[in-house]
Amino acid sequence: MKKLYEEAQKEISKADSLQQIESLRVKYLGKKGKLTQILRGMGSLKPEERPIIGQIANEVREKIENILTETKNKIAQLEKEKKMKIEYLDITMPGKLYKYGHKHPMTQVLDEIKKIFLGLGFSIAEGPEIEFTYYNFEALNTPEDHPARDLQDTFYITSDILLRTQTSPVQVRTMEKTKPPIRVISPGRVYRSDEIDATHSPVFHQMEGLVVDEGITMGDLKGVLNIFAKKFFGEDTRTKFRPHFFPFTEPSAEMDVSCFACGGKGCRVCGYTGWIEILGAGMVHPNVLKMSGIDPEKYTGFAFGLGIDRITMLKYGIEDLRLLFENDMRFIEQF
Amino acid sequence: MLVSLSWLKEFVDINKDANTIADGLTMSGSKVEGIKSYGKEISNVVVGKIILLEKHPNANKLWVGIVDIGSEKLQIVTGAQNIKAGDYIPVALHGATLPGGVKIKRGKLRGVESNGMMCSAEELGLDESLLPEYQRNGIFILPPFPLGMDINEALQLKDDVLEFEITPNRPDCLSIIGIARETAATFRKSFKMPVIEVKEGEEENPAKVTIEATDLCFRYVARVVKNVKIGPSPMWMQMRLLKAGIRPINNVVDVTNYVMLELGQPLHAFDLDKVKNKHIIVRRAKEGERLVTLDGKERVLDSSMLVIADEEKAIGLGGVMGGENTEITDSTVNILIESANFKRSNIRHTSKKLGLRSEASSRFEKGLDPEITVLACERAAQLMDKYCGGTVLKGIVDEYPKPMEKTVLTVNPERINRFLGANIPTSEMIEILKSLEFEVVEKGEELEIMVPHFRKDVTMEADIVEEIARLFGYNNIEDSLMKNAQTTLGSLTKSQQLEEKTREVLLACGLNEIVTMSFMGEKDLDKINIPQDSPFRKAVRIINPLGEDQSLMRTTLLPFMLNVAYTNYSRKVEEFKAFEVSRVFLPKELPLTELPQEVKTISIGMYGKDVDFYTIKGVIETLFEVMGIEGVEYVRAQEPSYHPGRSAKILLGEEALGVFGEIHPDVLENYDIPVRVYCGEINLDKIIECANIEKKYTSLPKYPAVERDIAVVVDEDLFVKEVERVIRETGGKFIEKIELFDVYRGPNIPEGKKSVAFSIWYRSRERTLTDEEVNEIHDSIVEALDRRLGAKLR
Repeated sequence: MKKLYEEAQKEISKADSLQQIESLRVKYLGKKGKLTQILRGMGSLKPEERPIIGQIANEVREKIENILTETKNKIAQLEKEKKMKIEYLDITMPGKLYKYGHKHPMTQVLDEIKKIFLGLGFSIAEGPEIEFTYYNFEALNTPEDHPARDLQDTFYITSDILLRTQTSPVQVRTMEKTKPPIRVISPGRVYRSDEIDATHSPVFHQMEGLVVDEGITMGDLKGVLNIFAKKFFGEDTRTKFRPHFFPFTEPSAEMDVSCFACGGKGCRVCGYTGWIEILGAGMVHPNVLKMSGIDPEKYTGFAFGLGIDRITMLKYGIEDLRLLFENDMRFIEQF
Repeated sequence: MLVSLSWLKEFVDINKDANTIADGLTMSGSKVEGIKSYGKEISNVVVGKIILLEKHPNANKLWVGIVDIGSEKLQIVTGAQNIKAGDYIPVALHGATLPGGVKIKRGKLRGVESNGMMCSAEELGLDESLLPEYQRNGIFILPPFPLGMDINEALQLKDDVLEFEITPNRPDCLSIIGIARETAATFRKSFKMPVIEVKEGEEENPAKVTIEATDLCFRYVARVVKNVKIGPSPMWMQMRLLKAGIRPINNVVDVTNYVMLELGQPLHAFDLDKVKNKHIIVRRAKEGERLVTLDGKERVLDSSMLVIADEEKAIGLGGVMGGENTEITDSTVNILIESANFKRSNIRHTSKKLGLRSEASSRFEKGLDPEITVLACERAAQLMDKYCGGTVLKGIVDEYPKPMEKTVLTVNPERINRFLGANIPTSEMIEILKSLEFEVVEKGEELEIMVPHFRKDVTMEADIVEEIARLFGYNNIEDSLMKNAQTTLGSLTKSQQLEEKTREVLLACGLNEIVTMSFMGEKDLDKINIPQDSPFRKAVRIINPLGEDQSLMRTTLLPFMLNVAYTNYSRKVEEFKAFEVSRVFLPKELPLTELPQEVKTISIGMYGKDVDFYTIKGVIETLFEVMGIEGVEYVRAQEPSYHPGRSAKILLGEEALGVFGEIHPDVLENYDIPVRVYCGEINLDKIIECANIEKKYTSLPKYPAVERDIAVVVDEDLFVKEVERVIRETGGKFIEKIELFDVYRGPNIPEGKKSVAFSIWYRSRERTLTDEEVNEIHDSIVEALDRRLGAKLR
């Protein structure tokens, strides 16, 4: 038995592959293996010797099994190491890309603006692009013979229906169906009959904002738009409010922001003035509140409107508006 | 509006530079868009007279002139062709500087000495296009001035001209005095209203005025000037007109324009001798009445229009343009000055109807102040007396049937402060209002305000608030953040969230977002094969489009996607995957009586090496999966824009959600795209309506699934979906999932057949299924496929 163990030990130590180990296991411990044969021969032994021999045989089996496993693990480890030595990659080669699409730059700008105003408690209102003349003009304090109508070259569908020239009609629609407090923005398409060129387009995008509540002040208008300017153009942005005229607000203002390209020193982007005109705003005209069924004695409000196309161009330094509508994939994929 | 500062300073005492004035006025509401300086860089340019002009000995097109500049005579070579001996001209001497930093030195031109340069108007910084022919395209020929006089002095050239953007509510600012008033208020200086004295002759004014149409003409003021001599107006006046962008014409016309610029009141001058019986009648035109206007065009009028007439004919289109029959000509001797006030909406109407806009009409249609008419008439008379050599006859005609009433408003300073969120002392409010020529009386807590006649835009308290705010300075109002208002929750509605989600899914599928215009033309529909009777042709039409091909509001986004695909293909963009989310406009009936439906639509388009029908279908299915839309069916589409065998209509129950597939080869030919393009259009509103993104938890399975594969041979034209349906119906509740993993045609499969292979997962939620159970179901599936579809096990 001892001889058998030594023989096995010797042979196993020489083994250098997993197959060899396996065949050695069969040779010594298998059903027809050497140890089994010895055990079978136990029938010729005396009954009192049997347990002793049996115990020895079991010990030998256990020992052989141990060295088999040990050697097997060693060989397996060596083989793994060998394999890993030849497995290497050029980790500078490009990965397999999952192409994510690119949002149109105007949508990206709009998303950013929306986020700011959602954070200020605004919700988003929508309205029709083909609109009643009433909502686009009369309800906005711009009657038929109002000179402000001259400023807007309007596309008409019938005498009562037109393509909205501004997102402001949504103000009226919102006030008609909502009671204050009102805090909405309304982005959308608007139309004016301009031939398309580098800075004009018959179709463009605006975003309107409206706040109506008790105790809303012109200071609130400034405060809200200032926050917007800082969030959108950067914390260092300064703003300037200039008086202006819109039929549906009074007082009316235009807001300039310090040029984000030069910080206000003057450059090509701001036409060397240090300022860029960004939006129009004002306190909602009492006539507009009244016509929309809101009591101007009780409520006040402010409204503002900005051009998404223009802000997109300014933000990304796009010189020609037409690029926004041309949709060259190489353009869109820059954003 | 161009305003010369030197002119402005005649009415307001201000001693600040152009930039300071511009900034101040911009911040108080009169926006300055630009400043143009005149004469600043000009030095050593003097008046000279050509005393001799000879051909250059060595050059065909050059002249050699001897120019007298008073102190000496200079030889100067010039290439100009509009001069002759005797002309007065500007001469840049040796060492002179001109605008743009140009320096003039003596030198030789083709061997002949030249001691300076004769200057054109352009070289002096003037707009040559406004000058008469003889002063253009060459040297700026001057009227006689003392020889050697500095040109800046002779022409009163040195000036700064501010360009204002005047908003339509402030027609009073379309004048020098209007801007002067604003300047005075902004800088708290005093405004000086011009005092005008007219030297009248002995003879009585013979003209009569009758206003018949008192609803359209509110005031008519007239004066007669006799024995005028038509000629050029004085140079200083011409210069002021030039700087304001107005063409000098002759002394009479220039005076009317000058007064219009100065006081904002358009004037007209008639040749009085051509006015029948010297009787002006202001009346409505007769239907079909004809009048040749000053621009030489015959206008056919109607009774909605106002004419100025004499006793037998129309002689002018009131407030719009004069008539040719009474025009001032070189032989005019006696003139009638008209200074009138008309109803603004009527001027607008007439001008629009006739397509005739003039400087006068564009001012009248904004609404002018009837109180200025007399002053303007007097000013014109004064100037004509002085510069037209005429005599102003005694008496002024002033027909003013219903004098304008003054507007009186009562406002509450405390309320104004509350509204602005400011704390402006009442005394400061009063000061501001007074500086704007409002009369203010304090009445207890309130202010009673009398609005000046030239401020027709001020009609209510809100208007007063604006006046106070803009002069107090918007930027002096402290910022606040709606501290008095109720808190509101900023959030997107469900459908807005779903719309954003839709965009995100399409982006995640690798599609780029595009934005296209909303207009189309019939041609766009032709290009995508839309038949004449198709509902796509029922489009909203624009009355005044930019062109025929932009005259309809789009009913489909497909032509736009194909245009973009073409743009990209033609620019060698190899792979194209894009989407657009926009509205299509679907009228219920035409012409519109109610607003059309605006349907938010998703448009998808793609081409490229790895793109096929199943690529676009995959995008659409992914969208449905994310939006939780289940039970969508795909049936063959019959849309003329699409390939009939490779396009599908998307159905959810009875509802059509959209169409997609390969674009019809004929359409691709129309777009000149030689590769297969896959497009789709899906109704986003319906997607949003059907979406179900509410999630609910189901416990994970406890018992194992059994997977069995099955491959059957079926007819080529049998939809895979049919096989799947039979499997599902037969398999019943234990079928967890069916997955198509192979479609095979080729060796071992008969012609006209295909082999389709599925993996089927069987699972029970209650127990482990036995092999026998699964075999039984699986066998019944095989049997049913054969029986119902003739599908043979492969």
